[in-house]
Amino acid sequence: MPPLPPADRTDVAIGCEGLTKRFGTVLALDGLDLAVPRGIVFGFLGPNGAGKTTALRLLSGLAHPTAGRALIDGISTAAGEPNRRGLIGYLDQNPRFPGWMTGRELLDVVGQLYGMRGAAMRQRVDETLELVGLSDAAPRRIAGYSGGMRQRLGLGQAVLNRPPVLLLDEPVSALDPEGRHDVLATIRGLAGSSTVLFSTHILADAERICDRIAILDHGRLLTDATVGELLERYAQPVYRIEPDARHVAVLSALADTLRGVRGVTDVIEGHGELRVLTNDPEATGPALLAALAAHRVGLVAFERLRPSLEEVFLRLTGRGAEAAA
Amino acid sequence: MTGLGPLLGKELREQWRTKRLLVVLIVFAAFGIASPLLAKYTPELIRALASDELANAVPPPTTADAVDQFLKNVGQTGVLAAILLAMGSVALDKERGIAALFLTKPASRGAYLLAKLLAIAATLLAGTLAATAVGYGYTGWLFETLPVGGYAAMGLLLFLQLLVYAALTFLGSTLARSSLVAAAFGIAGLALVAFIGALPAVGSYTPGGLSEAGRALALGQQPERLIGPVATNLATVIAIFVVAWWAFRRQEL
Repeated sequence: MPPLPPADRTDVAIGCEGLTKRFGTVLALDGLDLAVPRGIVFGFLGPNGAGKTTALRLLSGLAHPTAGRALIDGISTAAGEPNRRGLIGYLDQNPRFPGWMTGRELLDVVGQLYGMRGAAMRQRVDETLELVGLSDAAPRRIAGYSGGMRQRLGLGQAVLNRPPVLLLDEPVSALDPEGRHDVLATIRGLAGSSTVLFSTHILADAERICDRIAILDHGRLLTDATVGELLERYAQPVYRIEPDARHVAVLSALADTLRGVRGVTDVIEGHGELRVLTNDPEATGPALLAALAAHRVGLVAFERLRPSLEEVFLRLTGRGAEAAA
Repeated sequence: MTGLGPLLGKELREQWRTKRLLVVLIVFAAFGIASPLLAKYTPELIRALASDELANAVPPPTTADAVDQFLKNVGQTGVLAAILLAMGSVALDKERGIAALFLTKPASRGAYLLAKLLAIAATLLAGTLAATAVGYGYTGWLFETLPVGGYAAMGLLLFLQLLVYAALTFLGSTLARSSLVAAAFGIAGLALVAFIGALPAVGSYTPGGLSEAGRALALGQQPERLIGPVATNLATVIAIFVVAWWAFRRQEL
C-alpha cells in the first residue's frame, strides 16, 4: 500500500493513526492507519470479528483506544468533541430506541439536541422521514416497528442534521432486498455532502456504492484501495469449464491435461466443472479451447468469469481455501 | 451540561408515558389516605375484637399516631419506589444501547445523568406531594387540623429522604450494567444508612433523621435539628451525583 496522508490533514475527514483496541487478552484492533478523504463512500469490509465495529465505536467516541488515535475532521474523538460539535452521525449495527417514543418524537429530540427548533425542525424531520421511508409510520410507537423499520429510523437519526461524517455499522443488514436497494441508494446520494464510512460483510453492497474499500481481518488492515484497483491487483482471471456428461467422470484427468496449458496457474475441480486460474487470460483462453478440442471434450459451458470483490476478499483473508474445501 | 433541556424533556415524558408517574401517584396517594385511617381505626378494631382487659389497655388514637403512621407507611413505600425508579435508569440504557444513541449527539454525559436523576426526583416529589396532600386532608378530617406549612415541610423532608435512596441506587445503576446490581446497591445503601442512623452522634443527619424533624414540624413543634440534617442530605445527593458523573464520563458504552 502507498503511504497514507497524515490523518489530521484538512482534506481527510476520517483518520486513524495506529488505532489499537485490546479487550483483556484479545487484540480487537491492531494499529489501524486510515485516511478517508472528504465526500466519498468508504466501505469497511471484513468477516465477523474482524474489528469493524470496534473501529466504528472508537471513531464515534463510544470506546477509548488502548493506543493510537481516531480523528474526525482532525479532532480527536477520545473526549467526544466531534459529537459535541455535531460532526458525526452514527448508526449502531443493532439500533435500539426507547420503545415508548414514536418515530417522530425520537427525531424531534435528536433535532433539539442539534439545536433545531420550531418550523425548521418540523420540516427537517419531515424530510428525513421521507428520505428513509418512514413518513407513514412516524406517529406509531417504535416498540411496534420491525427490524427493518428500526434500521431505517437509525439511519434517519444519523442523517438528521446532515453531518459531515456518517459512521454506519451494517446499515442494511436487517432490510429486505427492496429496502436494501433504497437505503443503499440513499447512502450513495449522501456522498459529496457527507463522508460515509460504512461497514458490511455483504460484498455486493460494497461493490455497488463504495468509492474506496478497506478490508480488515483479525483487527488488521489488509488493504485500502478503490474497487477497480482491488480487482486489478488481487482478482485473478478465471475460466469456468463445464464438460458434457461423458467427460464428468474423467474430470481429474482433464484437469491434469489443462494444467499444462500456457498461462494456467491452477485448476480447481468441483461440482462437475473446472475453474482454471491464469496469469495470462488473453493467451490462455484460445489455448484452453484448442486443448479441449484436441481431446474431443464436449462442452456445456465455457466462460471467462468477471472478477468479483468476493474473490478478492476470500483471497486476502485466506478464506478461499476454506471456501473451496 | 450540553443538551440538558431536550434530554430532561424526554425523561419527563418517559415518566408519564411509561405510566411510572401514574403508578407512583396512585400508590403514594393510597398510603397517604390509609395512614390516618389506620391510626384512627386500628385501636377501635382491637377494642371491638379483644377482651375487655386488652381493650382498656389500648390508648385512644392521637394526631401524632396519624403522623407516625404516615411517615412509616409512605416512607417505606417511598424507599421501594425510589429503588425501583432508579435501578434501571442508566444500567438498562447502557445495556440496550440507548445511552450510545443519545451520547453520540451534542449531549454531555453530565447532562444525560442529570436529566435522568431530575426526572426520578420529579416523580418522587409528585408522589410525596400527593401523599402529603391527601394525608393532610384525612388527618384533619379524622383527628384535628394541623398547621399546613409544617405538614408540607414534613412532606418535603420525606421527599429529600427518598431522594437520597434514589441517588444511591442511581449511582449503582451508573456503575453497573445490570439493573439488579443497581437494586442491590440501593439496598446495601439502605442498610448502611440504617447502620449509620443507629449511631448516637450522627443519626440525626442521616435520611432517617429527617423523619424526626418532619414529625416535629407536622405537629407544630420546633425540631431539635433541621438545617444540619437538610444540608447534610442535600450534600449527600450532590456528592453521589458527582461520583456517578465522574465514573460515567470514563465508561465505554
